[in-house]
Amino acid sequence: MSTKEMTGSEIIIQALKDQGVDVMFGLPGGVLLPLYDALFKQNGLRHILVKHEQAAVHAAEGYARSTGEVGTVLVTSGPGATNTVTGLVDAMMDSVPLVCLTGQVPSSLIGNDAFQEADITGITRGCTKHNYLVKDVNDLGRILHEAYYVARTGRPGPVLVDIPKDILLATGTYTTPGKTTAVEHKSYKPQVKGDTASIKQAIELIRNAKRPLFYGGGGIVNSGDAACTLFSQFVKMTGIPCSLTLMGLGAFPGSDNQFLGMMGMHGTYEANMAMHDCDVMINIGARFDDRVTGALDKFSPDSKKIHIDIDPSSINKNVVVDVPIIGDVAHVLEEMIKYWKADQAQVNAKELEKWWKQIADWRSKDSLKYIQSNKVIKPQYALERIRDLALETGKDTFYTTEVGQHQMWAAQHLCFEKPKRWMTSGGLGTMGYGFPSAMGVQVAHPDALVVAIAGDGSFQMNLQELATLMSYRLPVKCFILNNMFLGMVRQWQEMFHGERYSESVIEDQPDFVKLAEAYGALGLRATTPGELDGVIKQAFDSHLPTIIDIRTDPEENVFPMIPSGAAHNEIILGPEDSKNSESGGSVESGVLV
Amino acid sequence: MTNKDKDDILRHTISVLVDNESGVLARVIGLFSGRGYNIESLTVAETDHVENLSKITIVTTGTRQVIEQIKAQLDRLVPVRRVVDLTIDGPSVEREMALVKVAGEGEHRVEALRIADIFRARVIDSSNSSFVFEVFGKAGKVDAFIKLMEPLGLVDVSRTGVVAISRGATGL
Ligand SMILES: Cc1ncc(C[n+]2csc(CCOP(=O)(O)OP(=O)(O)O)c2C)c(N)n1
Ligand SMILES: [Mg+2]
Repeated sequence: MSTKEMTGSEIIIQALKDQGVDVMFGLPGGVLLPLYDALFKQNGLRHILVKHEQAAVHAAEGYARSTGEVGTVLVTSGPGATNTVTGLVDAMMDSVPLVCLTGQVPSSLIGNDAFQEADITGITRGCTKHNYLVKDVNDLGRILHEAYYVARTGRPGPVLVDIPKDILLATGTYTTPGKTTAVEHKSYKPQVKGDTASIKQAIELIRNAKRPLFYGGGGIVNSGDAACTLFSQFVKMTGIPCSLTLMGLGAFPGSDNQFLGMMGMHGTYEANMAMHDCDVMINIGARFDDRVTGALDKFSPDSKKIHIDIDPSSINKNVVVDVPIIGDVAHVLEEMIKYWKADQAQVNAKELEKWWKQIADWRSKDSLKYIQSNKVIKPQYALERIRDLALETGKDTFYTTEVGQHQMWAAQHLCFEKPKRWMTSGGLGTMGYGFPSAMGVQVAHPDALVVAIAGDGSFQMNLQELATLMSYRLPVKCFILNNMFLGMVRQWQEMFHGERYSESVIEDQPDFVKLAEAYGALGLRATTPGELDGVIKQAFDSHLPTIIDIRTDPEENVFPMIPSGAAHNEIILGPEDSKNSESGGSVESGVLV
Repeated sequence: MTNKDKDDILRHTISVLVDNESGVLARVIGLFSGRGYNIESLTVAETDHVENLSKITIVTTGTRQVIEQIKAQLDRLVPVRRVVDLTIDGPSVEREMALVKVAGEGEHRVEALRIADIFRARVIDSSNSSFVFEVFGKAGKVDAFIKLMEPLGLVDVSRTGVVAISRGATGL
């Protein structure tokens, strides 16, 4: 540790560098001018100038989720700060580590309704893991080190630091974080090591199970690559079937035969039936979200439940479990594997075989199948082609999505072999997330193939970032699965509101090809299945940011579907099933997200 | 645990030790309002001026699962150092103080003083036609005193809310 006298602006730049930050996403304004001036005078810290602050946060999320590092955002006071709120809530819900620095009016003016003053610490108290208003320049360095520490440790999340202009100008003492970037925090001490007795209890449950199932979530990915490797090892070692949540995709190889596909509202038939019928459920780093559980009173009625989570408040929140284990997934799995091996434990082979036979039966329904057409492009087909042609490029490929039907099809039909390759807005379901998030991913991985799967509605929520992609030569490939509808809304209106398509038709669309060209980007269009491959290859070959307008079947619906308020075994497999179904969720329970 | 027990509404007193930094109370209160938890009473004051620690005492109600959630959510707040459930983590004592203003004349005044005596409430202000009593005790005792003052000319009440502490030799 060493100390040095510097201005507030210099302290910020030094602290960020000491925290290993190499890039931030931001947009300047009045109160931040001293900091932007200091930024101008230095090298080593990159700044990506976005066009809208919401996009800066989503870009930082994409950066964070694809690297496992903390994403950094820098915005001005007032409107700059308030524009970040959606992104912060998104990061909070999906446990994405971010530090958002906001400028604030000078300390002497706070509370006076000064020009561009907003009480951003008040506004974001409920949607950040923690936030700070800096009152003394001598606290600035410590607060920044703490902010990064809090953001990245425990259950990750966004931290906001609000910095008044006079603090940027004042001179104070900066203390380096020392050898490690970790700081001893007075009160914040996340528990990483699981309780051994509970771990042994879990092992006993698993080895005596007849119909066990792994239910893996985003916590495995958040815990890190080691956790994903350990998880895959444990799944293989035990021979137990494995399903993942939307957030967990990539934690276990998607092509592996032990993978049952995603579970939940639009998960596969076999995954959801297995969730319902299993006798031991091993939840690792997932949070029993309502999109996964469906009706709580009918959720997996006959299973004993093990729940590993680093956040104690996730335990027994929605579902009461039998064996809770609080700790970091990697730590806990390491111990579990150790005891499993030491005990030479095994799941009863005969019972497991019976279970797999049952699963094979469910699998044979091929619940993700769709009716192919040679006239109109089926969205599922488009995704399969994007997936396969991306694989042919041999490049490391990252996917982001917007929110809606296209997002669910992407989750179903793309295939993730590795973690951190799949960025989607799960908890908040934020339309406008995917395109700027892809920008952040491409900044972090300049040579990778970064693909955004968008809807025609969602794309228009943050399309201004095309300009940013152009400025920094970020060749993101954005495929708009264009159904001329707010498709997910239309699907619910079709199923639960008598096909009355109230305000879900997007009639007045821009010409997305010309739009791309207006920015100097490449615009492409496919309207028939025959054109698809050529257009995708052209997009992948181009060095330009590319918008691909894929005209898809406007009335295609996402199946399977568990209507909200229904149980897993009341899953609807397809349009025919949907008409015959008695279980179709009631309108009251049909809370559309 | 039967299903019925599961849905029983319980009343718990929770003690929370926090870093006394700006916004900490807003965080705690925001957590309760944001997640729809109840606050029956909340008291707060700095209790350690060297380390700048404050003690918050919260009386809340909810099902067992909700009470567990409340504690876990409180513990998740960064400036929170410790959360103790005084209702179940061992024996504890709790007290509340109220200032009770009663206005009246003649028989009512005499009766008010007589009841105050029984409750060991002290008169801390008096005029020709009014008293202010201070009364200490468990929340239930304070409730009872206030109820008895109602027909005698109860005008105004200020209550501190419950403060509580565990019995025995150990601290939080
Ligand atoms: C910011 C925001 N506003 C509204 C919604 C509600 N919503 C969920 S899906 C959806 C439709 C999305 O349409 P589009 O992007 O075209 O995707 P599609 O479902 O057609 O694939 C809407 C409006 C949302 N999730 N986010
Ligand atoms: Mg659409």
